[in-house]
Amino acid sequence: MNRKQKNKLAIIISIIIILSIAIGLVLYALKQNINLFYTPTQLVNTKVSPNQNVRLGGYVEKHSVHYDASGESVSFIVSDQFHSLPVSYHGVLPSLFREGQGVVMTGKLNSQNQFNASEVLAKHDEKYMPPVLAKELNKQSEKKS
Amino acid sequence: MWHWLNQKFLAPKSFYANSAKLIPWIALAFALCFSYGLFAGLFIAPADYQQGDGFRIIYVHVPSAFTAMAIYFSMAVFAVFTLVFRVKVAAIGMSCSAKIGAWFTFLALITGSIWGKPMWGTWWIWDARLTSVLILLFLYFGFIALQSVIPNQQTRDRAGALMAIVGVINLPIIHYSVIWWNTLHQGPTLSKFAKPSIAPAMLYPLLAMIAAFLLFYALTLLLRMRNQILLREINSQWVAELIHE
Repeated sequence: MNRKQKNKLAIIISIIIILSIAIGLVLYALKQNINLFYTPTQLVNTKVSPNQNVRLGGYVEKHSVHYDASGESVSFIVSDQFHSLPVSYHGVLPSLFREGQGVVMTGKLNSQNQFNASEVLAKHDEKYMPPVLAKELNKQSEKKS
Repeated sequence: MWHWLNQKFLAPKSFYANSAKLIPWIALAFALCFSYGLFAGLFIAPADYQQGDGFRIIYVHVPSAFTAMAIYFSMAVFAVFTLVFRVKVAAIGMSCSAKIGAWFTFLALITGSIWGKPMWGTWWIWDARLTSVLILLFLYFGFIALQSVIPNQQTRDRAGALMAIVGVINLPIIHYSVIWWNTLHQGPTLSKFAKPSIAPAMLYPLLAMIAAFLLFYALTLLLRMRNQILLREINSQWVAELIHE
């Protein structure tokens, strides 16, 4: 590498560094807007008006899912280990929706801290395994507890 | 060393001659990886405990997303060689990569969308991962548009190279988007440091498919570059001789 080439390389590297810092600061400032949903803890601690549409995300608590008689409405509890919120929803659930699974919902929080969802999406985790293995793991975790 | 490399690969003429020897081997490796990955992914890998057979779209979705990002990275590397060392072949490799990369990004978005509708319950959501991959697609479009409006070859190469380098900042954003922010898209299954959270019988076909997609990129890239070299050097002596043969 001669001097001219070294200079050019230095310019390119400094462009990348300066741009990354700038974009990093922008993304950091917009953190709340980029986050897709509030966790129950965040939602309880933020003041949202009852008519405001917000997204709530968390885990469906085990043994908390109840369907009404017609089977069209469902209520369950969403938690993030620290706080939990009761959710009611009227409509079709995605196929990955089940107890213990992550969900992201759009809806409104009323004054009694109940969440009325207008849309429920299932959040899939990054684990992939065959059914046999899943059963085996379940057995092990039950033994432990 | 530099001189040798220049003679063997970096001069358009020798690149044209030497790439011809590489192509059959790349094609063979691609055929092996692709046929194993496809067959094992569709028939040998067990169904997922939650998603059933629906998870098999992973064998197209993850490799195309990975390849789309790898192609952009390789464009940025080509761009550095274009700007700093004035390597003609690098500029050609950079512009030939763009359309392949755009198609893989499109494929990743489409397959994700098809999977998202039944699994998540929506075709599309503006979460950080999906949005940053959409930005990658627009970066490819921008690069293609930029290069197509500049008539002068040298200016076109330099402008494209600068854009490719600037856009590379999007790559870590895509990768870490699921970690930095909360998103609907799941976290990474494959990671360099941690044990992958996918059963081995499902993992091997996935790795084979990733290798196959990368080889496919290499293969189509070489073919496109050879075309482009002939086009750019159409007035030179060796191309005239080649045509006469």
